Amino acid sequence: MMRSDPRALQLNEHGQLKHFLTLDGLNKTILTEILDRADSFLSMGEQSVKKVPLLRGKTVVNLFFENSTRTRTTFELAAKRLSADVINLNIETSATSKGESLLDTLQNLEAMQSDMFVVRHSDSGAAHFIAEHCTPNVAIINAGDGRHAHPTQAMLDMLTIRRNKGQFEGLKVAIVGDILHSRVARSQIHALTTLGVEDVRLVGPKTLVPSYFADLGATICHDMSAGLDDVDVVVMLRLQKERMSGALLPSESEFYRLYGLTEEALSWAKPDAIVMHPGPINRGVEISSEVADSDRSVILDQVTNGIAVRMAVLSMSMSGQVQEQQGGLGVEA
Amino acid sequence: MKLRIINGRVIDPSQDLDATIDLFIDDHKVVGLGEVPDGFEEAEVIDAGGQWVLPGLVDVAVALREPGYTQKGNIATEGRAAISGGVTTLVCPPDTNPIVDTPAVAALIQDKADQAGMVNVFPIGALTQGLEGGHLSNMVALTDAGCVALSNHRRPMRNTLVLSRALEYAATHDLLVVFHPDESSLSEGGCAHEGMMSTIHGLAGIPETAETIALMRDLLLIEKTGVRAHFARLSCAKSVEMIADAQASGLPVTADVALHNLLLTDEVLNEFDGQFHVIPPLRGENDRLTLIEGIKQGAISAICSDHQPHEKMAKIAPFAATEPGMANVEILLPLALQLMDEGDLSLTDVLKTLTSGPASCFGLEAGSLKPGSFADFILFDSTQSWTWSDDVRRSKGHNSAFDGIELTGRVTQTYVSGQCIYSFSG
Repeated sequence: MMRSDPRALQLNEHGQLKHFLTLDGLNKTILTEILDRADSFLSMGEQSVKKVPLLRGKTVVNLFFENSTRTRTTFELAAKRLSADVINLNIETSATSKGESLLDTLQNLEAMQSDMFVVRHSDSGAAHFIAEHCTPNVAIINAGDGRHAHPTQAMLDMLTIRRNKGQFEGLKVAIVGDILHSRVARSQIHALTTLGVEDVRLVGPKTLVPSYFADLGATICHDMSAGLDDVDVVVMLRLQKERMSGALLPSESEFYRLYGLTEEALSWAKPDAIVMHPGPINRGVEISSEVADSDRSVILDQVTNGIAVRMAVLSMSMSGQVQEQQGGLGVEA
Repeated sequence: MKLRIINGRVIDPSQDLDATIDLFIDDHKVVGLGEVPDGFEEAEVIDAGGQWVLPGLVDVAVALREPGYTQKGNIATEGRAAISGGVTTLVCPPDTNPIVDTPAVAALIQDKADQAGMVNVFPIGALTQGLEGGHLSNMVALTDAGCVALSNHRRPMRNTLVLSRALEYAATHDLLVVFHPDESSLSEGGCAHEGMMSTIHGLAGIPETAETIALMRDLLLIEKTGVRAHFARLSCAKSVEMIADAQASGLPVTADVALHNLLLTDEVLNEFDGQFHVIPPLRGENDRLTLIEGIKQGAISAICSDHQPHEKMAKIAPFAATEPGMANVEILLPLALQLMDEGDLSLTDVLKTLTSGPASCFGLEAGSLKPGSFADFILFDSTQSWTWSDDVRRSKGHNSAFDGIELTGRVTQTYVSGQCIYSFSG
């Protein structure tokens, strides 16, 4: 009745990545390896020749069922810097949201002998679904599935924190805003707790921060001053416009008043606290322009780091996938 | 035809019977147990060979998918699935296409079942026309056409006034109303129990209050209108307490639970496997244990399969995009018997909730082997081990979360009105 733990789905028999679906279940060693490798790619980005041949001859398909310019572009750049051939496919799912179209699409793409799918989809679990229903020699990279996970975003945030703060132990990190609908926050919580951050705070009203998150090892704060008190890192989440017209929040202005990151709010954090945001930012809704443009903000560093982290994840997953295929053949022979 | 069933362990909770005695059948009915009835001369002897002899099972939730959704199942395939599982009486929901809101559709379903010659099929009629929650259906005509109860299934009523009127009208004619307690504004868009598991996995949750708020409203309206009521598919611990309290205060309400809600919890969401997508959702361990306790204490008197067959593609999608429901009517009995280990239920408790319990909820003459009852019974080999899989499945539905499970016990023969209509051949 039960299959094996799906978190094992993304690892080969040597414990190496062969897909990258979620940070849930990945250990500190793997996360650190991703960060180390991304660091080495970062220094490469500063050189005039930015390409390495790690994915030469491989075909990477960016399969976006949900619109995203920034994430898609950085994945594309990452794959190209690894010398892969890249195809971008934007597939609107509004007409046929059922599984038929998704499965049919996948089978067509498999027939084109792609090696890797970078997938964004509005359903939680879509990347797992694709990893389970694809031929075994295609690596699946989750570029965001519903509210569930956005593991490369969380890892680029970890890289940004490590490059600014040196290490994770002893840090205090606040994540502020719409945690309920955020796949970024879910992946960040897994990453932070795995890498050794003991004080992770989730800040927002009860409508956006369900109490169940406490079970993940985070502390829930409904008050901004308590949430930001003495923290080293402030992560602001994007507040989607549509959330503000319903019953979740009374208005933009009330949210900004209570949970917006103003200079005053930032003064509650440590003097050297950094400010992060997965972008794109809503100035005057979750963050003030002064803070967003200040030297405390590392929002643009995050974008640069995003390319390096995605290069690391793509190359590691491909090599794990290739090893698996070779190992699998070896066993059969 | 006079039948004598020998060498069987006859277990019938309706008469507190568990003994190795003979069962005597004459002209479709049970005429005696143990002692040979006066003047009885059997035309045929059936040697049960030490197997259990049980009343035919009564399943109050088997979707036959016909008319309208025959890609998922039809009366012949799902009927055969039911009898191979030992179900001799079933109640089917009104959510066919067209909906069971006219006597013609109710009659069509029963005629097709008769033609298939298999089970006693009792439709539930729609409480409102088209299940749209606005206009009352022709409740009396539906009842005259064979509907055993009326329900708006899981579709919302337009407002509480329409619900109240519908219940008053049903009460006028002493009709049974089946409630699927659900406050749709709270459950809409949800696909899993609202809790830690759905939160971590980013699946839209269905809170417990979606069920309990509707249940409390329904109980107040039942009290006011005096309608006879049955609650279908309880999933929350609090619901069990509310039903028990209502019963203690003298309200004539009964309740059932789907077998999968007694065996599984939202722990299985880890897999993102759409086979576990059911409505109401699999909830927490405390809910599961309280539902089982509700059976022990008598607040819940029926376990059903909540059989909802689907075509293969309905489950091949990311979790939330799959269609909800499982198809397990064929393994209802051996799966339910696992509750003796999983939930510390007695054999009598399990069998009662599959036979006389559901029959009494719906006022059906079924689920008993008392003399005078219809001779609907099954032979069950309680020792046979087998694996549940696609290879043995009779239902058109490919959606059982229990595929590959090892089962102990198998229905080997099913009799309806003294006629053998199913016999397992190894």
